[in-house]
Amino acid sequence: MTSTSTASSADGLASVGPRDGRPAPRAGTADGAPAARPGRRRRRGGEGLLVRYAFIAPAVLYLLLFYGYPIVKNVVMSFQAYDFSTFFNGSAPFVGLDNYATALSNPIFLKALANTGLFTVGSIIGQFVIGLGLSLYFRKHFPLSGVLRSLLLLPWLLPMIVSAAVWRWILEQDSGVLNRFLESIGLISEPIGWLTSSDTALVAVIMVNIWLGIPFNVALLYSGLQAIPEELYEAGQLDGATGWKAFRHITLPLLRPVVSVVLLLGVIYTIKVLDLIIGLTGGGPANATQTLATRSYELSFLEFDFGQGAALSNVLILIALLFSVVYLRANARAAKNG
Amino acid sequence: MPTAPRPPSASRPPADRGDDRVPRLIDAARTARAAQPVLSRRRLGALLAPAALASTAALGLAGCGSSSSSDPTSLRIVDYYNTPADDVVIEETFTKSAKDLGLTFSREKVPGDQLIPKVLQMGSSKTLPDILMLDNPDLPQLAASGALAPLEQYGFSTEGFTPSIADLGMLDGTLYAIAPTVNTIALFFNVPMLEKAGIDPPTTWEETREAARVLTGDGTYGIAFSAIATYEGTFQFMPFMWSNGGDEKDLATPEVAGAAEFWSQLLQDGSASRSVVNWGQGDAMDQFKAGKAAMVVNGPWNIAGLTADTPDLEWDVVTLPVPRSGAESIAPLGGEVWTVPVTGDEEKQRNAAKLLKSFVAPENQLRMGTARSTIPGHAATAEQFASEHPDLATFVEQVSTARARTGELGPEWPRTAKAIYTANQEVLVDDTDPAKAFDEAARTVS
Repeated sequence: MTSTSTASSADGLASVGPRDGRPAPRAGTADGAPAARPGRRRRRGGEGLLVRYAFIAPAVLYLLLFYGYPIVKNVVMSFQAYDFSTFFNGSAPFVGLDNYATALSNPIFLKALANTGLFTVGSIIGQFVIGLGLSLYFRKHFPLSGVLRSLLLLPWLLPMIVSAAVWRWILEQDSGVLNRFLESIGLISEPIGWLTSSDTALVAVIMVNIWLGIPFNVALLYSGLQAIPEELYEAGQLDGATGWKAFRHITLPLLRPVVSVVLLLGVIYTIKVLDLIIGLTGGGPANATQTLATRSYELSFLEFDFGQGAALSNVLILIALLFSVVYLRANARAAKNG
Repeated sequence: MPTAPRPPSASRPPADRGDDRVPRLIDAARTARAAQPVLSRRRLGALLAPAALASTAALGLAGCGSSSSSDPTSLRIVDYYNTPADDVVIEETFTKSAKDLGLTFSREKVPGDQLIPKVLQMGSSKTLPDILMLDNPDLPQLAASGALAPLEQYGFSTEGFTPSIADLGMLDGTLYAIAPTVNTIALFFNVPMLEKAGIDPPTTWEETREAARVLTGDGTYGIAFSAIATYEGTFQFMPFMWSNGGDEKDLATPEVAGAAEFWSQLLQDGSASRSVVNWGQGDAMDQFKAGKAAMVVNGPWNIAGLTADTPDLEWDVVTLPVPRSGAESIAPLGGEVWTVPVTGDEEKQRNAAKLLKSFVAPENQLRMGTARSTIPGHAATAEQFASEHPDLATFVEQVSTARARTGELGPEWPRTAKAIYTANQEVLVDDTDPAKAFDEAARTVS
């Protein structure tokens, strides 16, 4: 029933104008009677509700199938002894919280947790500060700024695995470009083992991730800046707000909605970065760059302990979720007060 | 994964069979999803992309599998031999054997790192092939899951095989797989560099340390090896650990720590780059090719590339140095094994076993060994191989005393392998005391 009414109302709408496949004169004569009635009927009671549900059904189904199912499955798996043989004989006995206990009590967990925190905070600060600086810079009009801006997007265009390979080569200890460069300008005397020392590996990985994240920050912040009317600055100038003052009292408050989006998305993207770390260090050396994401991957796909892997990725999801909630709340409050 | 060269994208597109592709595509998508449910969205995307590519690439051949499933003489084979050197001889050998037996087959070549995910997918969707190749350390896990048919029931015997190579296919005394050829690692050296320095190829650790020190300098390191945080790093460590009397069942021993100590000395002397912790075996070989390493621990699978890329480089191979003269040099066995998965179709399984038996016959071992620079599994055949290929004689010798990595631990091996490479990295990178690092490693696997 619902489908006939939607179909004929669509017919009715379409028949008002010319429609392909049907000669125009006939469309004119067909106008009116058949179209108008179903259109009115649609407004009546329960049926309209059904129609509305029918329209959102595909989206709901899609969400349940592709987002709901994996998450539920992931939660269920984390309570099961889900390993290599499960794929062949289907047996995955429930083991309660064993997977969580084992995964969380492993000394690597705390290290991975700390690394995840450092990696996320470091990356976000770096990306945001540099991104904001660059977008402010590009607000000034100067020749070739368009070309430079598009060049800035390059890291975004490269496949992650290519970026990782290139950076591995740049950061190579003995023949890497970065060490050679730093030596030539006299900044260092001994080559630095960027990816081979546990002191610097995390820093190096964060550096590369910042490089990767800058385009995203610039693109969003720059468009946010474009939306601030120039008149405000002119008015501010009359009141003596220039330079830092203008930034503090005009740019920042007006940019705040964009900033919160950039930071929130940035955190969600960064907290689960996997491919970059796998490509650069594989979580090494000596677990120095192991994060919750790489550890979960390692448990599932190298040790084939899918139960523990799922447990760990649930912890990751929980952290991301908590962070989002706290952040959104804080933001809502700030918006109300501001 | 240290056992075979696995170039990233040498796979040739399979022949287009054109039949029932759409249902296959849906199947492939479904199994891909079923096999990777633990991932969050972003990672799912990252991981699914290659998986989806692999399954798409496999469509042509996979499609053939289902259309011919009623025909018991038509078999499906899955392996990861993608490089021309491997691919051609494997294809030829199967073709010849199948022809003799009145069987037909279709081969599906998966990228090396996609094989296990693919096997898991096929396992959960009950679409395992009739013949399946595996990297040998993966065998115990799969055999323990009940997915593989014991081979004795089809009249397989490992008589005449080098015992350790026969062990590669065993789990708890049952034969599940067979290795026509194997490989291992030894010490490659740059002949002119050693001659110029006036030193002989080292045979003991002390000599190695000394030689590496002398050969270091002027942009060249004395020795290169792989201590990367993957199973390759463990693979390279095993000969040092075993030759020193260490054992994977108990990592908290002075023998194991002693081997780690030797590696760290090479780094502390400056005779090996600290980058070894990021080098795979291919990377280490590249250093050797570029003249940046005078010696390198590596395997015969790289010989083809070595002669092709650097025809002017004069190199030779000796067995791996031992802790003290007189000790036995024990290397790990690398290479792939072939299995008959349980598909439920008894007649097909019998035919698959027949084809496999013919495939691993001694004359085929010789043929594949020659084409792929790998060592025949059959002891007598290996001897004949050594006399025909004196340049590979060192590897034949090394194989005769080599050990299977999974022989003692079976399905427990991967966890121990990870503990070993992690401990090694702690020693090499953080200067952790070897004894302390391996005590810790022993605790994580207990």
